[in-house]
Amino acid sequence: MTTNTSHFTGLRFMRLGMLALGIGMLFGVIGGFQFLFPEFLQELLFTKTRPMHVSMVVSWIFLVAIGGIYFYLPRQCNLPLFSTKLAKAHFWIFLVTGIAIIACYLSGNFGGREYFEFPPILSLPIFVMWTLFGVNYFKTARQYRKPWPVYYWMWGTGIVFFFITYAESHLYLIPYFRDNMVREIMVQWKSYGALTGSWNMLVYGTALYLAARISGCEKYARSKMAFGLYFLGLFNLMFGWAHHTYLVPSDTWIRTLAYAVSMTELYIFGKIIWDWRASLEDWQKGRHCNAYRFLIAADIWVFVNLGLALIISVPFFNLFTHGTHITVAHAMGSTIGINTMILLASIFYVIREELPEAAHAGCSSQLRIGYWTTNISLAVFFTALVLAGVGKGLYDGNSFQEMMTNIRPFLLVFTLSGVTMMIGIWIILWHGFRLLGQIIARGESPAPAAVAAPEPA
Amino acid sequence: MGEEARHGQMLYQQYNCTACHQFYGLGGYMGPDLTNVISNRGEAYSRAFITAGTVRMPNFGLNEEEVSALVTYLGFVDQTGTYPPENYDVLWTGDVAQEDDPR
Repeated sequence: MTTNTSHFTGLRFMRLGMLALGIGMLFGVIGGFQFLFPEFLQELLFTKTRPMHVSMVVSWIFLVAIGGIYFYLPRQCNLPLFSTKLAKAHFWIFLVTGIAIIACYLSGNFGGREYFEFPPILSLPIFVMWTLFGVNYFKTARQYRKPWPVYYWMWGTGIVFFFITYAESHLYLIPYFRDNMVREIMVQWKSYGALTGSWNMLVYGTALYLAARISGCEKYARSKMAFGLYFLGLFNLMFGWAHHTYLVPSDTWIRTLAYAVSMTELYIFGKIIWDWRASLEDWQKGRHCNAYRFLIAADIWVFVNLGLALIISVPFFNLFTHGTHITVAHAMGSTIGINTMILLASIFYVIREELPEAAHAGCSSQLRIGYWTTNISLAVFFTALVLAGVGKGLYDGNSFQEMMTNIRPFLLVFTLSGVTMMIGIWIILWHGFRLLGQIIARGESPAPAAVAAPEPA
Repeated sequence: MGEEARHGQMLYQQYNCTACHQFYGLGGYMGPDLTNVISNRGEAYSRAFITAGTVRMPNFGLNEEEVSALVTYLGFVDQTGTYPPENYDVLWTGDVAQEDDPR
């Protein structure tokens, strides 16, 4: 372990991500109430609350995944950052751009694209900071002379593909794409699906890193199964988006290929974590009880989402589920159940490694309450969305208001479980934010002795 | 896409209509999918909603020219396909052959 403070930038990314999630959850709940009661907070239109929610929670995923990479490389992998200044510049550009995006949303200045509802000019600093990140990552990781473990590949691939897919999502600025509706919608879905694949690379890489570190054994990051997951993830990143486009009148071969690409990536990822869990000694589970708990929750949500994803990947079922709340259940189940649980595991792994036990043991019962509140609420939330989606799937196209009235009980349950989930996550975030702050406050003092670096398999 | 439809497209983005509405199932769920709203409901119906708003949809205070541009844009989208598909075959593989693809 190094004793300089370059890894603190990573911790600052993580703390900023936690703030983003806390605020993003609040806007999600406000949006839920606006769905039920359109007069609720009318000054803050749904056209503002929805992008606030989406942008903040997506920022959470990127910030904590990026923060982990900036932390783990110099602190635990003995790879000093190529440039701490670049990492700091990345942080400040992210923060300033984020504030500018929030200001645009609140003032009603939109770019009006699904998921990227801010003016496209603000994509320029996003490209700049991602370039800084890419240069810093590859210049840092190349110091590792041995064959890379799978998580280095996954992180690098996530960075490269973010560039490609983010650029692709801006093709609508070119008339050739913008003027052809089918082409435009296909490119949008493709880029968004692949963009999700690129952040999954960052997040799943983090999960495999944690699995290797907690067990003290690198085999989880060097096995054929792990590299199988990597290549399958790469394939899904490039083609797995297509189950969203069955109903767009695109070429048949695209739909057929999309059908052929299944959700096997999730299955293999779930199996790796499941096998890892079975191989852990009790003391390893106990030492990292919080990180372990979040990883197991992620694994259970992998299998729940796998079941749903397989169903909506069959074109016949997709006829009824596309454009319904079932798609939202798929998205939310993945981003909260899988990505968020892995990223919380990453945060609490760092806390366990860096702080003496007395500093974090006092909040364990509150964390347990937060953990169970979040996961039980998510189960109710997910079920309510699926049921609302079934209601919308049966909609005959006649009266939209009647359909909305019919599914209102499910939307009410969805919103109320969103409130309890927000409370659960806030409890977890409060302790994580506070404890990460303690690590930074301890300054340059060396960390307590940690588990030895994992041995190669 | 003609100039008026392009103007309508810009307005659709400027007012962030995608937060509540969908095309081909892509977008928010507060309001209905608008892919074929012109075929299914007609121009006058769409114009009335855009002009006056509803309980769920704010009145954005658009002028006559802007409303026309939006209706023209919706008409442009309407010509690109049918959503959800009305005429299709389900193959033994579970795949769906869409017969009402206008292309």
